[in-house]
Formats: sequence, C-alpha cells, structure tokens
Amino acid sequence: MKIKRINDEFAEVEAGRLKHTVNIQMLPSVKTGDYVLVHAGFAIQIVDPTGAKETLKLIDEIH
Amino acid sequence: MKYIDEFRNKNLLYKVLNKIKKITPKEGISLMEVCGTHTQSFLRFGLNKLLPSNIKLISGPGCPVCVSPQGYIDAGIELSQNKENVILTFGDMLRVPGSKSTLEKERARQANISIVYSPLDSINIAKRNPHKKIIFLAVGFETTAPTIALSILAAKKDNLKNVFFFSALKLIPAAMNYLVKDKKLNLDGFLCPGHVSTIIGTKPYEFIPKKYKIGCCIAGFEPLDILEGIYFLIRQMVEKKPALANQYVRAVKHNGNLKAKGIISKVFKVSDADWRGLGKIPQSGLKIKDGYSQFDAQNLFSIKRANEQTSKRATQCKCGDVLKGLISPLECPLFLKICHPDNPLGPCMVSSEGACNAYYKYH
Repeated sequence: MKIKRINDEFAEVEAGRLKHTVNIQMLPSVKTGDYVLVHAGFAIQIVDPTGAKETLKLIDEIH
Repeated sequence: MKYIDEFRNKNLLYKVLNKIKKITPKEGISLMEVCGTHTQSFLRFGLNKLLPSNIKLISGPGCPVCVSPQGYIDAGIELSQNKENVILTFGDMLRVPGSKSTLEKERARQANISIVYSPLDSINIAKRNPHKKIIFLAVGFETTAPTIALSILAAKKDNLKNVFFFSALKLIPAAMNYLVKDKKLNLDGFLCPGHVSTIIGTKPYEFIPKKYKIGCCIAGFEPLDILEGIYFLIRQMVEKKPALANQYVRAVKHNGNLKAKGIISKVFKVSDADWRGLGKIPQSGLKIKDGYSQFDAQNLFSIKRANEQTSKRATQCKCGDVLKGLISPLECPLFLKICHPDNPLGPCMVSSEGACNAYYKYH
C-alpha cells in the first residue's frame, strides 16, 4: 500500500480505493510515497523499487 | 510500478515455466511451501496445472491458526465464559473447533468475543472498557510478533491494567528444522515464507542448506515470484549446490527488519511450543518476558493447556498430517464429504491460509 500522509506513529495508506491508517513504528525511515507491506494494522517493510526492478530484469535476462 | 501487475506478466511467466520444464529431471521432486499464503497463491493462479507433473508442492505448517493446538482454543473458550472478560481475536480463529465448541458458538451463546483487525485495537477497547478484562488471542508467526510486542509496549506506556495477551506465537525456522529431519517427507527444497522473512531476514534459514544439504528460496507471493522460486530450487538440485536464495529482494533484506527484531526480543523470550500435528518443538515459540508479565494472560489466568493426545482423541480430522505435509488435503477421508468451509472439522479448512481451504476454493 502507498503511504499518503504521515502523522507521528501512524500513516494513511491506500491501495486503489482501499484506505487505511497503519502504525509505522517498525519503519523509522518510511516517507510519503513509499510502498509498504501491511500486516495486522502495521507497516512491516518498505518495498524497494530497485529490488523489484532487479528481479524483473534478472527474470527477463536469465530465462 | 505497483508491484502486482508486473509480477503477473504472462510472457515472463511462460518464459520461467519453459525454463523450469527444460531443467527439471524426470524423477519425483518434493518441495515444501512453508507459508499458507504461498499455498493460496499457488492454487489460485493455477500454477499446479502448469508445472511438470513430477514437481510436487507440499503445503507446510505456515498457517498460524492451523498450528495452534486444540487446547489453546479450549483455553480461549474457557476465558470467554467469565463475564468480566472480553476476548479479542483475528477473524479466522472464530470457527476453529476446540474439543467441545468454537469461539463462534460461544459468541452466539452471549460470550463477549469480538473480531479485531489489529492487536493495537485492544488498547483502545481496554481504555473504553475499564471494568472489563480485555484478552487478545495472540496467534501468529514472526510477522505478527512485533505487532503484539508493540501493543504490549503501548499498554505499558498507557499504564493499562486491564489488557492481556495470550501468546501462541511461533517461530518458523524451528518448525522447518523439525520437518527437514522427517524421512517420510524426504524434501528436496523449501520455498521459504516471504512476510516472515521481511522481519527475520535471510540468516535464520542458512543452517538448512549447510547442515541438511537442502535448498531454500525465500519467495514473494505473486505467480512470477513463486515460479522463479521453484526455478531456483530445481536449479540448485540439478547442480547439486543447495544454498539459500532470496527471490523476494524487494521486501527481504539480509538482516530483515532490525527495529522489529529489537522490539520482539525486548518483549518476548524464546520457549518450547506445542504445534498442532507436530507436537512440542523445542525453542519454537515466544513467551512474554517477566518484565511484561502483567500483560500475560497465561500467568494471570493460570490456564492449563490440553495436551496433543487429548486433541487427537477428540477428532478424526487429519489437519496434523496435512500440516506435516504427510498427506494432501485430497487424501483426507473427511475432505468435502463432511468437512467443508460451512462445516469445518479442523483449522486447515477454516483459515484462508489453511491448505484444505485453499484446495476447496481452487483445486
């Protein structure tokens, strides 16, 4: 889900029309615009765009 | 990039599939997908019908509700009988059969049981209900553990006296260590859980290829992630170079989430734990540390959990064998005959992460 607004320990996140407020205490470096994995009301990890692109590139190249 | 469509790209999927077909040897290959969400994705996207038939994907114990022993459900039900108590739970626990009843049936009989989305909800509910004891059924793996720990820390910060957590939290690598030694399973590789790994990182799996010479690949949950993970595992097998691979680099770092790991070790200590179907596994669970024992439902209510033998006598359900990967849901004599999502006889049919539920929906 994408971080839209940060408010102290919480952030508003959205995925399509789904909107939620999640706790971001586990991710000290999270910022607006980041995509995060959400579990039980908490953002647990930032999705790394470079890592995603690398995976897709690798799949395309080695196969 | 929105991280979904890109990992469902048909052209890339067929590219990986063709490569898998090209390198797969003729003999039978048994791979275990440890995580229940992998089981769901694998069947939902029909990957079982696309892969060579000699590649067998075995569902593992990665459904937290499924591996909670029946005695835990019974203890939760026992707590719900006290009018002073309010039981909070994730939704999929509600219909899991205990030895005599379910939380859902007890709720219909006026027990105070509510479904919450997050363990943090227990804090607000405790503040709104100062005369009630709020008890959260803390079920989950390493992904859920920091969310429970942060809720306990919030309860301590707010000096709450009426909120308690009943921990049945479990650790995945300890269960994998148990399963890898099972000669009946004879596994050729593990597809390691993506979300658990975002927290614990890659290191806790390293002992498997080193000690047992079996490959491991941490994978994401989109079809391309799963196929790529399977490709890595088969390649390791063919080349006889078992190793730990990380396909899910966009979410899993080598060290995992350091903040989350710190929070877990601040609040919990590692202990032995009972797993449904697998029995007691040493050092495979998390208990609340003494410094936070005022929030531990186990200490305050002195609950005695039923042992595995009691659970086995109480039901003909084969969830235990399904969780160990010894049988597929299709081999259970109850599957679809009397056990289905409207009348689940075991947790594997209840939870959306359960193997039987996934087979019912998609197979």
